[in-house]
Amino acid sequence: MRARAPVWVVGGLLALAAAVLLSLLVGANPQPPSAVLDALSGGGDSEARFVVWEQRVPRTAAGLAVGAALGTAGALIQAFTRNPLADPGILGVNSGAAFAVAIGIAFLGVTTPAGYVWLACAGALVLTVVVYAVGAAGGPAAGPVRLTVTGVALGAVFSGLTTGLMLTRPAAFDRMRGWNAGSLLERGSDVLLPVLPLLAVGLVLAAAVAPGLNAIALGTDVARAQGVHVGRVRTAVLAAVTLLAGGATAVAGPIAFVGLMVPHVVRWTVGPDQRRILLGTLIASPVLVLLSDVLGRVAVLPSEMPVGVVTAFVGAPVLIALVRRPKASGL
Amino acid sequence: MSTPRTPSAPERSAAPGRRFVHRPAVDGGRRRVVVGPERANVVVRQRTAAVVLAAVGAVAVLGLLALALGDYPLSPSQVVAVLTGRTDGFERVVVVEWRLPRALAAAVFGAALAVAGGVFQTLTRNPLASPDIVGLANGSFTGMLVALLFLGGGWTLLTAGSLAGGLAAAVAIYLLAYRGGIKGFRFIVVGIGVSAMLASVNTWLILRADVETALFASAWGAGTLNNVTAQTAYPAAAAAAVLMAVLPLAAPALRQMDLGDDMAQATGVRVGRARTAAIAVAVALVSVVTAVAGPIAFVSLAAPQIARRIAGAPGIPLVATAAFGAGLLLASDLIAQHVVPLTIPVGVVTVVFGGGYLVWLLIHEARKGR
Repeated sequence: MRARAPVWVVGGLLALAAAVLLSLLVGANPQPPSAVLDALSGGGDSEARFVVWEQRVPRTAAGLAVGAALGTAGALIQAFTRNPLADPGILGVNSGAAFAVAIGIAFLGVTTPAGYVWLACAGALVLTVVVYAVGAAGGPAAGPVRLTVTGVALGAVFSGLTTGLMLTRPAAFDRMRGWNAGSLLERGSDVLLPVLPLLAVGLVLAAAVAPGLNAIALGTDVARAQGVHVGRVRTAVLAAVTLLAGGATAVAGPIAFVGLMVPHVVRWTVGPDQRRILLGTLIASPVLVLLSDVLGRVAVLPSEMPVGVVTAFVGAPVLIALVRRPKASGL
Repeated sequence: MSTPRTPSAPERSAAPGRRFVHRPAVDGGRRRVVVGPERANVVVRQRTAAVVLAAVGAVAVLGLLALALGDYPLSPSQVVAVLTGRTDGFERVVVVEWRLPRALAAAVFGAALAVAGGVFQTLTRNPLASPDIVGLANGSFTGMLVALLFLGGGWTLLTAGSLAGGLAAAVAIYLLAYRGGIKGFRFIVVGIGVSAMLASVNTWLILRADVETALFASAWGAGTLNNVTAQTAYPAAAAAAVLMAVLPLAAPALRQMDLGDDMAQATGVRVGRARTAAIAVAVALVSVVTAVAGPIAFVSLAAPQIARRIAGAPGIPLVATAAFGAGLLLASDLIAQHVVPLTIPVGVVTVVFGGGYLVWLLIHEARKGR
């Protein structure tokens, strides 16, 4: 880097470190901080080791990965569609994943997160490809609006089918409402590891297209004049969003709000440069997810509140307070 | 109406420049008809008028079907005989007391939701905007869940709970977004935030309830007409009809606001006031429907888009939107009642078929565009 890292990067990383530490220290099965640190460094008694290594570390890793992926996907899709209301679910990721999981629960007898992850991933990828095929059928002139409407329409069809299926099968409904809430519970390495390569490819693509997105924000003509290959950038963005959002949803279920709102908050802080927005979102989103997860573990003891339920409660007040600032800029 | 009267003959010869037409003011090459008496006439694009007429015809046919089909099937002529007062007795009971409330509710509610969606999409110029943004659907679901889970339930209580929840959400969003005035984007962001929180509350309440209660609540949450009775349908339909009748007072302004606030302001529209009035009407429309039928998804989102694409209109044609909304909900309710073997909420059908239809339209549009 040319200059030293700006204040917001340092602050964001500190917040992220604090969130990770909290996620390791706090839980429904209380362990004193010293025991946690002992267990982390390889010592400690067997119970502390189990709690830390089998429960909290995998969960923290899942929270980091899911948060980073969802936030980045949200920033990308908002820049791509130039629509501030777009979230990663807009290309049909959530409804495709939910439909596949519902089929799995209702007909294939799948009952564990490790089983859901493959179904959800496949469902998300297949439906986004269909959305893209229909949405891009109008040729290059069709543009993001068409894709947005297609995604919403197809997503609605499949979420309706899922609802219909669930409402007529009480046993499947019971399991499905748990998946639907979005949770990091029991997301061990068997759930996270298969998805990590997808997330990694998605993040690399995101980093690669960020400068192109800046040019496209000025209009496609300007971008072409600057030598940006608009079609290629768009394809890469869509692939990245699909991999990131699909992978994250496969791990944790649908967690709304992170991808929709973190990019706005970040943009208000760091300005309109897509490279800064992507970096800021990459740091801020896991903070939101991890803090929400920690809160969810202790909010309603002895049971647990799924992270998907808590994110809105942590994030929305921040969002509303920020948008009420006198200087708050437009979307 | 503010649209200037334009002679239609010379325009016919002009080449239709479909793709590049965005504004009614430079609507070159479209056939238009002038409706109404001299001095008070309205210029209507011929295609929009034809689409509206066709849609109204379809709504009439669907309505007739809704009155005829059921456990005690009647022929269309029998239904017509009842409606024109030529038959009395049991058939009259079946049509007027059993089926009319539901059919009327489906038609009027569909139109109301569609118009509300059309208003929001016009004001925000965003195809993703719908009244759900102001938290209505989630708020009324929260109100209903609270009434069901903590206050014991009962239809009156559920209706009251959902009405109160929806309006409380809308008021809360308004107050939180108010800061020496209402700004469009602040309103939307606050709406999304509050909506997301309410959605979380709903997920949590459903997660904690026992399976049977959760199933019932979820069916209501998808939007259903199974529980509509004459006592709830007629007052709600009347209220919705009045609200829709009031809206045209703001409609000329709406049309200009589709061009953007600056353009509207330049042509003399008081943007702030017109927008607040239109939003208030749209919110009231959705609250009335949701109180009786639950948050029926997707009509408000899809109907304006379908109407705009079929009418080939530059903006969202509100009359056509209303007709398509009515047809969409009527047809969906027919399918939910008579085609699907199990009892499912109409909201599920609306989403599947409305969404499917929209996808088909998009594919069709793409083929034609090549």
